[in-house]
Amino acid sequence: MTVAVLSVIGFFISLYLWLWKVGFLGSLACGDGGCETVQLSDYADFLGIPVPFWGMVGYVVMLAVSLGGLQPRWAERREPTLLLLLISGVGIGFTAYLTYLEAFVIHAWCRWCIVSAVIIVLIFMAALAGIRTARRPAEGS
Amino acid sequence: MAQSVNLKPFYIGLAVLVVAGAAAIWWARSSSRDEGPRAVDPIPVSATEFYGYTLGSDSAPVEIVEYSNFGCPWCARFAVLTKPDVRERLINTGMVRWVYRDFLLGDHGAGNLAHEAAACAGEQGLFWPMHDQVFFNQGRWMQDRRPERTFRGYARDIGVDIGQYDDCMDERRYLGRITATRDQGVGLGVQSTPTFIVGGLMVAGAIPYDSLYTLVMRAMPADGQ
Repeated sequence: MTVAVLSVIGFFISLYLWLWKVGFLGSLACGDGGCETVQLSDYADFLGIPVPFWGMVGYVVMLAVSLGGLQPRWAERREPTLLLLLISGVGIGFTAYLTYLEAFVIHAWCRWCIVSAVIIVLIFMAALAGIRTARRPAEGS
Repeated sequence: MAQSVNLKPFYIGLAVLVVAGAAAIWWARSSSRDEGPRAVDPIPVSATEFYGYTLGSDSAPVEIVEYSNFGCPWCARFAVLTKPDVRERLINTGMVRWVYRDFLLGDHGAGNLAHEAAACAGEQGLFWPMHDQVFFNQGRWMQDRRPERTFRGYARDIGVDIGQYDDCMDERRYLGRITATRDQGVGLGVQSTPTFIVGGLMVAGAIPYDSLYTLVMRAMPADGQ
């Protein structure tokens, strides 16, 4: 449930940044222009596609997996949680790379990107907690 | 077997979150509907309207309009750190025509006075030297108790006729025009300073040279003319 809620929030942050990138929104609520600087930098696209779009895809997949994991058929199984751990782990790696670029290459901070980074870390931690919780009864029996 | 947890409240909460997110996006879109690259119409101008202080060739293929406030730290940061590069690489090379427009802000009292000082210097064809003086010394005059004296000193330093300048400032000759320019910016959707309009794309914030260059390239006509 926690992952689903976080995924929805992360999705809308990515959607917001992506809509600005494609020109649907006029200006970003970012304060100091850092978001625009990052979004207009050479690193704003990954494989030719705006980075926020990748974020949207990632959050939608995590939302789908987390909702699927809540269904009776999957509720007792570890696979959905493991999948979430894997996806959010990849997300953390990608986010770490983007944060490095902001700090040492672009020299500007995108506040919404930082919020998204926090969300992906929280999702990873929630998935990790889910794995441990699932493991505990098995270890005790 | 799966635990019998009632998920209905959770799904309702999640649906509420989705609706709230969509509403927030819609609100962001509505509040900036006059800004984006598709939404900014050609900048309206009439014979009676002040177009702005310009730099560069009238035949430059790209025009950048800057809405700025002399008391805004980010505007000063742009003017000091980025504008010199912009002048050298974009304006002086004939690629860009720069248009500076005043944007008064409620919380920069001395900054607003600086706009009048610059306009009075501009009356004598010395707006840009005064622009540079005011921005490069912003940290100094923002602390002044009598900034009008400091501005007068800058005016003298750049060769302004002080008698004419004093008359202009005493009469507050350009306050109405400056206010009208701000209102025009508000009408276009400007909400903060600095804000730039480059080929139909409005960007807020003291963006660096590389970002501005990217926008100029995006706005450049296909034939480069």
